[in-house]
Amino acid sequence: MSPTALPPRRGTYPPSFRTMSSARSSRSILPGFGLSLGFTLAYLGLIVLVPLSAAFLKTAGMGLHEFAAVVASPRVVAAYKLSFGASLAAGFVNMVFGLVVAWVLVRYPFPGRKLVDALVDLPFALPTAVAGIALTSLYSSNGWVGRWLAPLGIRVAFTWTGVFVALTFIGLPFVVRTVQPVLQELEPDIEEASSTLGANRLQTIVRILIPQLMPSLLTGFALAFARALGEYGSVVFISGNMPMRTEIVPLLIITKLEQYDYRGATAIAVVMLVSSFVLLLLINLLQKWSRRYHAI
Amino acid sequence: MASAIATALPARPGHAPTPRANRDPAWARWLLTAVALAFLAFFLVLPIVVVFAQAFAKGGAYFLAAVREPDALAAIRLTLLTVAIVVPANVVFGVAAAWAISKFKFTGKSLLTTLIDLPFAVSPVIAGLIYVLIFGAQGWFGPWLIAHNIRVIFAVPGIVLATTFVTFPFVARELIPLMQAQGTDEEYSAVTLGASGWQTFWRVTLPNIRWGLFYGVILCNARAMGEFGAVSVVSGHIRGETNTMPLHVEILYNEYNIAGAFAVASLLALLALATLVVKSAVEWRQTGSA
Repeated sequence: MSPTALPPRRGTYPPSFRTMSSARSSRSILPGFGLSLGFTLAYLGLIVLVPLSAAFLKTAGMGLHEFAAVVASPRVVAAYKLSFGASLAAGFVNMVFGLVVAWVLVRYPFPGRKLVDALVDLPFALPTAVAGIALTSLYSSNGWVGRWLAPLGIRVAFTWTGVFVALTFIGLPFVVRTVQPVLQELEPDIEEASSTLGANRLQTIVRILIPQLMPSLLTGFALAFARALGEYGSVVFISGNMPMRTEIVPLLIITKLEQYDYRGATAIAVVMLVSSFVLLLLINLLQKWSRRYHAI
Repeated sequence: MASAIATALPARPGHAPTPRANRDPAWARWLLTAVALAFLAFFLVLPIVVVFAQAFAKGGAYFLAAVREPDALAAIRLTLLTVAIVVPANVVFGVAAAWAISKFKFTGKSLLTTLIDLPFAVSPVIAGLIYVLIFGAQGWFGPWLIAHNIRVIFAVPGIVLATTFVTFPFVARELIPLMQAQGTDEEYSAVTLGASGWQTFWRVTLPNIRWGLFYGVILCNARAMGEFGAVSVVSGHIRGETNTMPLHVEILYNEYNIAGAFAVASLLALLALATLVVKSAVEWRQTGSA
């Protein structure tokens, strides 16, 4: 229905129900249209649209040269590279492991499955600052995990890997929650037909299952990526925040603000906003695609 | 289409739960289950366990002292105050938006739905920044606010605004699909039988959406209490005045008071666990009755 930035809730409303009611076309006799729509638009305008437009108006007053000079400066480019690179890597890892987790949760019953299923949403519920200090404590060189990695010469906290670990944590639920409902509704008959026709299990998975899951896998990846790009709280503690090396874009915006460089901060923010909006558009298209895919 | 028919049919009698052709070999099942559980143990269980372990690392007395310290109490009060303003505001908005979108037809509806989700696509830090651009000392209303001695940025109103922005879509996006699925038949009947608009809403619509609404409130509340990035930009980190709980955690942590930071963090972690429990309970209740 709406473009999801959070994974859709599972199994609540049968799809047939939804198409039935949206097929209805009639003029409503219900009251309250003016009041509810008016309030919605006013609230949306005041809280979201007007403040967001402030960012664009601020950069519009900058001039192209100044804008380019800020956005293309080496420190900013390094931050973009880190944010986009680590978010892509985290999104990819979540796509692979998210698929495995969703598969196991849907197909293999095991004791405690409901508990594990509920736990998947933890990164949504846990405040990011708490996640940040917890991960830092785990992966610092004397932490529960870090002390085993240190002798191997692997440092996680205060490196690129640390940023990647934090972004993997916060993106974890997205792929699981987008793939899970699709997996639940898959027809076992198609898989059966495939094996009856002589395909082995691997061929069935690669040729039959993966293509059906692709739209939801990509949607989950895009959602995890979009969330990771803007993430701040869970990253700042573990990244160490060294300019040019482990400084993510949201942190750079805050640094500029603390130096009272409002124009610089806004210019960097506008680039991020435009990337986010493009991603949102892409996610919308992906979801339309996946709905069409599953309508057949 | 086919899935709707399949669920309407009774389960095929005399069949094994999974057709044999679709069974994965035992080693594959074990391997995949082990991989999934190991991944979740590493990324979900360890972080939550370490929070509580560190919180009590210096003993229960230290934990209590850290939680009862005046600055911690002030942070807890400010967080609760923020939530008490933000959640009701977003509930009223969510209900209004869902009413307009699900009960009426109008042009631009899908654009409106997309715009409601917009705050999810915006980095929390940028959510804070835009309010600084409007209400900050150099912002649009900055000079006027200073002249009238009103503080928005580095004060409570800024924290409330930034939190409202970040949690804006939660209630609406739960209610819109729910109310769309329920359709308008019951409301039509109520109005036809002579109920007023408000009577229809309170007696017909609200009882139908109460669990969805509750679910939205839970999620909105969790995010509002835990928001860090957006609040960090507008708060100014004044101890005992504009520090919310997550900001207090940050300050303690940066002062190397690790046990203190984790003590306050453990309260937030408890909130997260409670949210998951309630959320699962609502979900199981709905799938059970659907």
